[in-house]
Amino acid sequence: MPKQIRLTTPLSTEDVENLNIGDKVFLNGIIYTGRDAAHKRLIDLLNEGKELPFDVQGQIIYYVGPSPAKPGKPIGSAGPTTSYRMDAYTPRLIELGMKGMIGKGNRSPEVIEAMKKYKAVYLGATGGAGALIAKSFKKAEIVAYEDLGPEAIRKLEVENFPVVVINDTKGNDLYVEGAKKYRKE
Amino acid sequence: MREVHTDEITKVVRDLFMDANCNLGEDVLAAFDHAIEKDESPVAREVMKELKENARIAREENSPICQDTGLAVLFIELGQDVHIVGGDFKDAINEGVRQGYMEGYLRKSACDPFSRKNTGDNTPAIIHLEIVPGDKIKIMAVPKGGGAENMSRVNMLTPAVGIEGVKGFVVNRVKESGSNPCPPTVIGVGIGGTFERSALLAKKALLRKIGERNPDPEIAKAEEEVLERINKLGIGPMGYGGNTTSLEVFFEVEPCHIASLPLAVNIQCHASRHKEAVI
Repeated sequence: MPKQIRLTTPLSTEDVENLNIGDKVFLNGIIYTGRDAAHKRLIDLLNEGKELPFDVQGQIIYYVGPSPAKPGKPIGSAGPTTSYRMDAYTPRLIELGMKGMIGKGNRSPEVIEAMKKYKAVYLGATGGAGALIAKSFKKAEIVAYEDLGPEAIRKLEVENFPVVVINDTKGNDLYVEGAKKYRKE
Repeated sequence: MREVHTDEITKVVRDLFMDANCNLGEDVLAAFDHAIEKDESPVAREVMKELKENARIAREENSPICQDTGLAVLFIELGQDVHIVGGDFKDAINEGVRQGYMEGYLRKSACDPFSRKNTGDNTPAIIHLEIVPGDKIKIMAVPKGGGAENMSRVNMLTPAVGIEGVKGFVVNRVKESGSNPCPPTVIGVGIGGTFERSALLAKKALLRKIGERNPDPEIAKAEEEVLERINKLGIGPMGYGGNTTSLEVFFEVEPCHIASLPLAVNIQCHASRHKEAVI
């Protein structure tokens, strides 16, 4: 069985260096949400030499656009979106000290290289398990770009959010290794 | 002539989208159980259990299975002896979509292609209308998520490649899509017609229930063969490795031009959401 690890954000370089592909991680603490539209705005701010709406140092961005919260709930269904749409923006944020991303699907060679160079990890959440995942989210608060609706940047307080390490700091890729192991012929 | 009021159409559309987004089909759940029992990978079995648990929570809490509650795609078979009264048919459908997505706390995912500005109510619906004999209206609602749709393709093949070429293209499309479309997927394959007709056939194929084979035995055999080849790729649930990369492959075939072999592959995520009703 894969290794199971409990981690609390913000993450240190040591925290992420200890992770290997296939490890199951239960995340606790604060994470931030963002999809392509929010990422574009973050990079535009950096290009203009302005400050980001939150400090990415040691943080994790979760690629999610939740469904609307029902009354009395912090958030609606909240599973991951496909990550490659963020690839163009991600290396810059990793360079600034971001330690992790949560999504689903393959990353570009540039993102994988940045994870190796600056020590960060890519974590997978179960795509399409939005109702189950939302159970791990205790609080949600919009911190930027409210006009983007589901794509606004939210600060989430999470408790034992289950994710799997897909790319570690050594350049390994669960998608490559997993398929190799079970391929037939 | 049988009269049907637009208010009834609106209500049926509203209910169908709320139902499809919150209640996973029994055929899909049975396919999950099969994977939990049969997949060689412990990680794959774990993912399939999570998906089953997710479906249970969604059903119990009446919350969406997935936050991507899709664009509102509808296949409508309108009986030629139906007279629609009370207003505009298309407006009635869009109103149903608007109400379903608002009242069901479903995500609004429709936006302008360039400014990316959200239309705010998940309209316009994508309506495929067919006039059929009779005095009924059959409405099929297919909320279609973006992740799997983005991995879909249309290709105009050279007729010489034949059915083997078709099979190879489909398997390769699934391989190249890898973990992106939320495997285990359902694969709709449209063969024949014209460029746009093949895409429509591929989407229509997704309306079938898991396990329902094409009535043509040759085509049914091809569906089974392609499914087997896909599940030998090793991609597995979520792409973490395993033997369950797709739950089902559906082929729909129609005649085409003597110069052409149109092929469309429409990929659907494991939720494979669709519900229907007859008015």
